Amino acid sequence: MKSEKITKYVLFAVSLIILLIFAGMVFSLAGGAMPVFKEYGLKFIFSADWNPTTGRESYGALPFIAGTLITSILALLICFPLSFSTSLFIAEYYHKTRVASVLGTMVDLLAGIPSIVYGLWGFYALRPVIIALGLSDQGFGIFTSSIILAIMIIPYATSLSNEIITMVPNELKEAAYSLGATRFEVIFNVIIPNARSGIVASYILALGRALGETMAVTMLIGNANIIPDGLFSTGNTMASLIANQFGEADGLKLSALIAIGLLLFLITAVVNAIGKYIIKKLS
Amino acid sequence: MNVGSGITYLDIAQRRKVRNNIFRVIVIVLSVITISPIILIISKLIIEGIGQINLDFFTQLAPDTFQAMSAKMSGEKIPGGIVNGITGTLFLVLLASLMAIPVGIMAGIYLYENGNKRYAGFIRNLTDILQGVPSIVLGIIGYIWIVKNVTNGFSALAGSVALAIMMLPLIVRSTEETMKMVPESIKEAGAALGVPYHRIILKVMIPSSFSGLMTGILLAVSRIIGETAPLLLTTLGSPVINFEIDKPTSAVPLLIWNFYNDPNMIDLIWSSSLFLMGFVLILNLISKRIIAHREKN
Repeated sequence: MKSEKITKYVLFAVSLIILLIFAGMVFSLAGGAMPVFKEYGLKFIFSADWNPTTGRESYGALPFIAGTLITSILALLICFPLSFSTSLFIAEYYHKTRVASVLGTMVDLLAGIPSIVYGLWGFYALRPVIIALGLSDQGFGIFTSSIILAIMIIPYATSLSNEIITMVPNELKEAAYSLGATRFEVIFNVIIPNARSGIVASYILALGRALGETMAVTMLIGNANIIPDGLFSTGNTMASLIANQFGEADGLKLSALIAIGLLLFLITAVVNAIGKYIIKKLS
Repeated sequence: MNVGSGITYLDIAQRRKVRNNIFRVIVIVLSVITISPIILIISKLIIEGIGQINLDFFTQLAPDTFQAMSAKMSGEKIPGGIVNGITGTLFLVLLASLMAIPVGIMAGIYLYENGNKRYAGFIRNLTDILQGVPSIVLGIIGYIWIVKNVTNGFSALAGSVALAIMMLPLIVRSTEETMKMVPESIKEAGAALGVPYHRIILKVMIPSSFSGLMTGILLAVSRIIGETAPLLLTTLGSPVINFEIDKPTSAVPLLIWNFYNDPNMIDLIWSSSLFLMGFVLILNLISKRIIAHREKN
């Protein structure tokens, strides 16, 4: 009996480590961000001015919050038609066939490619195409980054959507078919209405991934500390700014970067919590 | 039959059929577009990278920019390899695993044993949020916790702490899911024989869910092995092989980043990327095999 108690306490203590890591992260980020919030208050979030030159120092996070949201949402818009079609292909049209499983494996492979390799491919294969099409001079910017982000989040969006679509009861589909419905009508009148909240959740979780992606975006967005003013404008996301400037940062600049890390942490946590909440309500 | 304005039921049926077929074609075309990047990326890596891969690639240190430049000027292949990156990556993964696997498995067992309790639900939610934390933020954490306060400089320990926090939620959740598949009856059989609880965990639960635990660990490793962003902020990189936890260490993704930023060494990016991706793919394939094997039994 005594050993049973000890084991239980040990397991409980280990579970506390997760709580400690989480609390420690929030505490450390907030602590590191404190100086910049003391200096600028909430203006830090709404100011568009980022100037690390000594003497004229000024830090504002708005360009990077905007860059992050714009690239991620654009990526989601590009990703949706592609990944949703793939989900229909795998989970409906060719469900349980060999071709669907090959397609599924290939989509899974996308999740295994490291971010930096996506960045290289974007830089050497995609950017020349953007330049050749005359979309932008250098090929860097919001649009290029969003395309790469869209490819990167495809596996996350499809894997959950696939499950949700397969879960739509067969009886409902068969009932519609027996009334003479075409597959198109079954998809839009039975499958999508039934799977809607699950599909929404999977795209919210994919958005959460896109928000925090670092290396590929850093290599493609052009690293300009401005609020993007168009589809082909250069910019910076919160993550790419940190990756670019953390190395040589100290003092107030370091604090500003940690504050941006804190904001990124909060935004992704909220987005993921919403996604998980919808999924929890489903089951 | 006529349904007004000259449209017949036959026309409507025809139109529905056409719409159905057009949509099917759209789905197929978009699905093919979806998988084309993976084919393009892998073929680019192989075409550009395979030429640089030889024995030296696995046994020599990464060249410095002057060696690369002089080789380029005389039109030779860039000398050297990425052995400091390979050893660094293995070292970081080993350290991260030593931290994340025991904690992850025990926390997973705790969640499984206390499934419905409020505290367990709370920890489960925290684990989910932890899983979504961007890796660059974990780099900042590794910097604040270890670089600033423990090793007083960039270090392998700082990087592996960041990677361990990335692995942890994956292992916790996969452990919990795997434990759910262990039949209640064999645990009860152990308890009925008077086997102490910790021995049931060690001798019954962990062995019978071994393949599931292994899959979770492999997937967690394959997720961290290509991570670059957190390492930029924590381990920095090193031109030599290093196995000291309080010193900066190289890693394959860090080398790729260095090669990418140095015009003289640009030729090395593809072979290193090919190696890194091959590594990740092999880990993924092994874990897929394990899953398929388990489902068959």
